[in-house]
Amino acid sequence: MKYYRTHILICVDPECLGKGAHDIEDALQDELVAQGLIDEVQVLETPRIGDCSHGPEMMVYPDGVHYVGMSVDDIPFLVEEHFLKGRVAKKFLLTKVEVKDEELGAPTSKEVRVVLRNCGKIDPENIEDYIAEDGYEALAKVLASYTPEKVIDEMLASGLRGRGGAGFPAGRKWQFCRASKATPKFVICNADEGDPGAFMNRRVLEGDPHAVVEGMIIAAYAIGSSRGYIYCRAEYPLAVRTLNIAIQQARALGLLGEDILGSGFSFDLEVRIGAGAFVCGEETALMASIEGKRGEPRPRPPFPAVSGLWAKPSNVNNVETYANVPQIMLRGAQWYASMGTEKSKGTKTFALAGDVNHTGLIEVPLGINMREVVYDIAQGIKDGKKLKAVQIGGPMGGCLPEEYLDRPIDYESLAAAGTIMGSGGLVVMDEDTCMVDIARFFMEFIQDESCGKCTPCRVGTRRMLEILQRICKGDGKDGDIETLEMLCRQIKSTSLCGLGQGAPNPVESTLKHFRKEYEAHIYEKRCPAKVCKGLIRFDIIDACTGCTVCARNCPVGAITGERRKLHVIDANTCIRCGICMQVCNFNAIVIN
Amino acid sequence: MADLINLTIDGIPVAVPRGMVIVDAAKKIDNDIPVFCYHPKLKPVGMCRMCLVDVGTPKIDPATKQVVRTEDGKPVIAWMPKLQTACTTPVSEGMAVRTNTKQVLDARNNVLEFLLTSHPLDCPICDKGGECPLQNLTLAHGPGLSRFEYEAKQHNAKHVPLGDLIFLDRERCIQCSRCIRFQDDVADDHVLQFHDRGRHMEIVTFSDPPFDSYFGGNTTDICPVGALTTADFRFKARPWELDSTPSVCTHCPVGCNISLNTRLETRTGGHEIKRVMPRQNEQVNEIWTCDKGRFVHHFTRAEDRLTHPLVRDARGKLVESTWEAALQLVADKARGARVSGVIGDRIANEDAHLFGSLFSDVLKDGAVAMSPAIPAAYADIARAYGVGKDTDFKQLGKGDTILVVNGDLEESAPVWFLRLRQAVVDRGAKLVIAHDRSSKMHRYASRIVTYELGMAAHWASEQTTELSAELKSARNVLIVFGDEKLSAEGARSLARSLANILIESGHAGKANSGLLPLYPHANTQGVFDMLPATTVTTGKVDVAWLVGVGNAADVPQADFTVVQELFLTDIANNADVVLPALSFAERDGSFTSGDRRVQRFYRALPGLGQGKPDWWIIQEVAKRLGATWQYHGTSEVFAQMAQHNPYYAGLSYETLSQAEPQWPPVGRADLYYGGTAYDNSGGIGSRYAAPAEQSGFNSSLEPVVAPPVDMEALQHLPHTLYQDGELIRRSKVLSGHVRAQRKEAETA
Repeated sequence: MKYYRTHILICVDPECLGKGAHDIEDALQDELVAQGLIDEVQVLETPRIGDCSHGPEMMVYPDGVHYVGMSVDDIPFLVEEHFLKGRVAKKFLLTKVEVKDEELGAPTSKEVRVVLRNCGKIDPENIEDYIAEDGYEALAKVLASYTPEKVIDEMLASGLRGRGGAGFPAGRKWQFCRASKATPKFVICNADEGDPGAFMNRRVLEGDPHAVVEGMIIAAYAIGSSRGYIYCRAEYPLAVRTLNIAIQQARALGLLGEDILGSGFSFDLEVRIGAGAFVCGEETALMASIEGKRGEPRPRPPFPAVSGLWAKPSNVNNVETYANVPQIMLRGAQWYASMGTEKSKGTKTFALAGDVNHTGLIEVPLGINMREVVYDIAQGIKDGKKLKAVQIGGPMGGCLPEEYLDRPIDYESLAAAGTIMGSGGLVVMDEDTCMVDIARFFMEFIQDESCGKCTPCRVGTRRMLEILQRICKGDGKDGDIETLEMLCRQIKSTSLCGLGQGAPNPVESTLKHFRKEYEAHIYEKRCPAKVCKGLIRFDIIDACTGCTVCARNCPVGAITGERRKLHVIDANTCIRCGICMQVCNFNAIVIN
Repeated sequence: MADLINLTIDGIPVAVPRGMVIVDAAKKIDNDIPVFCYHPKLKPVGMCRMCLVDVGTPKIDPATKQVVRTEDGKPVIAWMPKLQTACTTPVSEGMAVRTNTKQVLDARNNVLEFLLTSHPLDCPICDKGGECPLQNLTLAHGPGLSRFEYEAKQHNAKHVPLGDLIFLDRERCIQCSRCIRFQDDVADDHVLQFHDRGRHMEIVTFSDPPFDSYFGGNTTDICPVGALTTADFRFKARPWELDSTPSVCTHCPVGCNISLNTRLETRTGGHEIKRVMPRQNEQVNEIWTCDKGRFVHHFTRAEDRLTHPLVRDARGKLVESTWEAALQLVADKARGARVSGVIGDRIANEDAHLFGSLFSDVLKDGAVAMSPAIPAAYADIARAYGVGKDTDFKQLGKGDTILVVNGDLEESAPVWFLRLRQAVVDRGAKLVIAHDRSSKMHRYASRIVTYELGMAAHWASEQTTELSAELKSARNVLIVFGDEKLSAEGARSLARSLANILIESGHAGKANSGLLPLYPHANTQGVFDMLPATTVTTGKVDVAWLVGVGNAADVPQADFTVVQELFLTDIANNADVVLPALSFAERDGSFTSGDRRVQRFYRALPGLGQGKPDWWIIQEVAKRLGATWQYHGTSEVFAQMAQHNPYYAGLSYETLSQAEPQWPPVGRADLYYGGTAYDNSGGIGSRYAAPAEQSGFNSSLEPVVAPPVDMEALQHLPHTLYQDGELIRRSKVLSGHVRAQRKEAETA
């Protein structure tokens, strides 16, 4: 294969063609020959780079420079300036109105982007864009020069662990599946990202779908599979669209289907859409759902590597895991293993949320500590408040208090602290957060999403939720904490799948680190963070000017008082909606 | 078995076949690990979490790959970090299981506490109360008190009709999915499913009509709580009030073993059947029975049962008479007369034997026949080339071929359908079907042949050579066949062709191979075996003597007609003497099933009115005709018969009543394991050898020419399970289905 240092992509959409794109292309070829650059710079045609309104348009890679509006006469200058002298011809640069990406900003110095490297940078609906960013080069390399065993060895050496949450070494999983004799085998991508507030996988699927597709093809080659499924949740219509486009494009180029790249290896893939059940992110439930059955987990063993989809050997990894694979193959296991800690290699994406100044997607090398994430990347807590806890690992994760901020983020340290890595949810909570309320919130989510198959999760989580709801209402009683602890232990040890076994985590970790808050709720009938409505009352202090705004806005008429005199809230009528506090211009309303 | 796995359970060593799960292995040494969702006949799902046990395997040194041993040579056990479900974990060599550690007991206690949080406390009015796994396990393992609040109890709908036969109480349901799995995996009627999820998960039926299955009653037996109850039994009696009598179902050739649960009704002053339950016989019906067999029993105590002998008086009216007068009248009429006897194929062997003897030994000029007549035309071939004596449907699987010709297994022999379906679907037997229409069994066929109406015999005679060649390589060949749309000659021709196939392919007279006829009733083979070969009389005779023929179309014309019957059928209504017989539940006797298994049934109810068993009636008339018979009971009749009938040689009531321990054990105190099906105390019966198995039998091909299509036979409606009849019409719960099937047949 011939290597060019630079590629020029000319847009050949009808609109640009009308504006003379072919003439530009011919002129470029002539000029490159004239200036002796034809062996270094390649000119290609591509459908659509921008919106063609400034055509003709072209894109220069790897520089990523987008030129518009040049004429044939401008070409000698452009070639000389850019390709000979290496200077960007500012005259033809597209001046874009920068749209701020709320989800994914520019990387900060602490970040390393492997999985997110192409997101927001390439056109996800254009395979050429991906190919220009070394796309499918890893596949070509693997098919041309690696045996399946070598691929697995590389995966093992890279130390990549499953990014779905549990962190099982991906190479080992592939090894088990390869060792299974039965055929056909299936490669499955878990794109059922269900954790509330998490969108790492969605962003990859929407922004760089080919990375996942390429990773899956490589996995299929390694384990000996000819068929794959991407199980994507229906709530991600755009991701489903980009994936389907990506699959069609890859198929059109012979990167999927029969005899891929002339290697004799065949593999094809399709997208299956989930129906919104959180539990379908559990691999056995996911496979049941693909089979068209009720999305319910089943006991393991047998593990999917032995008996998975349609009782055939199957390999399930999540989006982020597969998206790492091409880079590992291309840049080598050593490169990947150079990032991270001894047992947790590489990078991890997180969806930062909560009471921090900067939220959104980040990708950091494992081993970074929480303080760097909260204060350097997320730029600290909003409004200068104090940090109370960091919730990591999704609904089955746990809350860590400030004293854990300096511990590294890796699989082992998080497990030791009583939480899990999870798929990448990271919620920062400030001092105004009630930890009992947070536990109740997550329990509500879990109870809602329990499939109901096994008794402890079906009934037990409901019992936990009832107790938590009672405590938040102010009806907690002596013995509740002990009952909760007992329930945590039981549900953990007797539930069927990871959902049930992880269900008690939010309660267990808050009980461990914030037990005093539970005690305040139960014994002192007080919510220290002033959140739980059953335990707070609104009062008006002397700062009140008697403006009557609060009384007029109160939906239940609980506020009385004469104009220009101190108003009073009737605690019995008050529903603790907090509207009075929002409308008061004198900060005269306080929570007690 | 060669491939045995050794493990210890609570220190007790046990060796079990590879692939067995821990629950079953423990059961082998009487260690009853509690379960709710697990059932030995269903695929395990591990969802109730009741069977959690502590499991360990021998520790392997990673360096040497050898088992690490203690100083005294015992392997060091590496215990798994978490409890494992004993119902899904297969045994492995050297495995150690602990079922009584504190952790295990705690887990059981907790699961029970969870299950009981919203379970209603209506045991005093629950049908399952007294035989309820949840009750039993709560007493054994559960907490005495709940830590949860009573107010938080979840209320759900009670008395939800899932169909007209089965009711669901959603509060009692513990979501074990046994019913769903039975319907999906055993019955293959996908009519039940969970709806919603989490704590709102509930059982729903989504078929139209709802719970559309012939096997739904079985779900109430395996339901581990009182969530599923039958329309027939719900709120009728408490289990501990019931007497249980072993019996055999009379409605199809399978011969399902059943138990009749009876109770003395103080209100009416008589005993009656409160429910019919399957009785375990792994050779026949395992632990299942169809809904017809379960719900058809009301005829035994129908209001219009005959209770007195009736004799036509001078004015031509049937009036009550005495036994003495009626019997004497029959004897007088029969003496020296030309008598034509017809006996129905539901009648027990003993009665049929005496009836046969009457005609061969006592009456001078008479002939006897079986009703219906068509099966009699081929029952000798079905017997000669029937399935081998040691046939076990459970052994049918990979390498075997099941050929179904001209019959609908599910409609004609529902439990055979279940068992042969499993041989195909679960164990890989090959199924070939030849029929004029589709049936449920067609779903599993690897090859389907469709011929025109009435052409079964033609098809078989034309295909003999080809099929024989194809079936030569099969391990076993089982041929199920029916006589739909065929005349007597046609049916015989079909049976003969099929026998030729067995002979030519080398499968005649072998265990797990042979013919399996879809006879209309439970004792077609038995009655045929009992009767002497006589030429059928034609034309009008002096006396027609009809025993249990129901509303048979082909009864002889006579000057004087005697009928032994349960009801005043149309035929009885036109007879000159009507003698009240006893139903199968009120007497004892034996039946011979379609696969020639001779089985005893026992007396569960006292006789009704002055009714007498058929054999007694026949004997009394014979005595009055000069016979010296002195039988005091059916056992004596059977013994006498076995002396003279070569097929039944060596059989006696004693051999038939022997029961051996069966696997899986059901009906023990631990109801939770196998459900409430009954343990078999009445005997598992005995299959007599097929003549073709015996040395000296000449298995030779006989050329067959199929007779022309019989236009009259084409008018016969195909057999359906709920087709109208004297007995099923009187069922209090099935009559709606009877009407529905009649309507369907009429419009067809």
